[in-house]
Amino acid sequence: MISSPLNAKIVFTAGPIGVTEPVVVTWGLMALLGLGGWLATRSLSLRPSGLQTIIEMIVGTIEDQIRGTMRVTPAPYVAVIGTLFLFILAANWCSLVPGVEPPTAHIETDAALGLIVFFAILYFGVRAQGLVGYLKTFAEPTFIMIPLNIVETFTRTFSLIVRLFGNVMSGVFVVGIVLSLAGLLVPVPLMALDLLTGAVQAYIFTVLAMVFIGSALSEGRALEKGKRP
Amino acid sequence: MNWIEIVSIFAAAMAVSFGAVGPALGEGRAVAAAMDAIARQPEAAGTISRTLFVGLAMIETMAIYCLVVALLVLFANPFIH
Repeated sequence: MISSPLNAKIVFTAGPIGVTEPVVVTWGLMALLGLGGWLATRSLSLRPSGLQTIIEMIVGTIEDQIRGTMRVTPAPYVAVIGTLFLFILAANWCSLVPGVEPPTAHIETDAALGLIVFFAILYFGVRAQGLVGYLKTFAEPTFIMIPLNIVETFTRTFSLIVRLFGNVMSGVFVVGIVLSLAGLLVPVPLMALDLLTGAVQAYIFTVLAMVFIGSALSEGRALEKGKRP
Repeated sequence: MNWIEIVSIFAAAMAVSFGAVGPALGEGRAVAAAMDAIARQPEAAGTISRTLFVGLAMIETMAIYCLVVALLVLFANPFIH
């Protein structure tokens, strides 16, 4: 019997708390990305080395995407958007290491990422328009839309969570089933497909986060424009 | 194997099979429209494919919801203890 995808395996217990496998993998990835970023940016120079060129290319691509999707200056958003993308990509692709299961295949990790996006939308919306201005955007286009707009705030975060969870978990699950039915080396094409799905889902999660944050920013600007004669 | 388990397995299969039909048709239409747009206006391919990916993810979410419901019915069924 294949184990339930909704339960996580407990690796070790720290006091009364059982530390599960996704938590260990998440902390490993955080250490890897953080240390890697720190080591790679320790000696930046005006005449870039090979590594610095690659990193500048990655950051430049993320900035271009933010500029293209949100139509704003990318500087305040690069940190949160870029970290989200790199972490989800690393998390989805860490199934390449034998014995490691992607932490995004468990709904807790996705819920944490979704909460980050939820609060980032609130933070950037309030920062761009002030608390009253941001609350006013809920009454757009008319005040009848207030309940729908409030519900939408939660459902879009929920769909973000379930989308990432469903895609990554189904990939892991299908590989597990095929492995138990057919045996070694048969699920390799499926795993290659998983890599593609993982990259696309990381991109989509990030693009949707950008779209949501961008809409929280620009709804106020549309309101301002509408007031002008 | 009691009746609830049999019905659960059947319900999971039904959820995935019928839940996949609609998104499959929708994704087909979306990709066809995007191909048409790119063929007419190749210079806008970047914007079109970015929007296409986001739209496909939105459509695909419906199928993923069905899958999640099926897995809940199979593994976290509140009526089976």
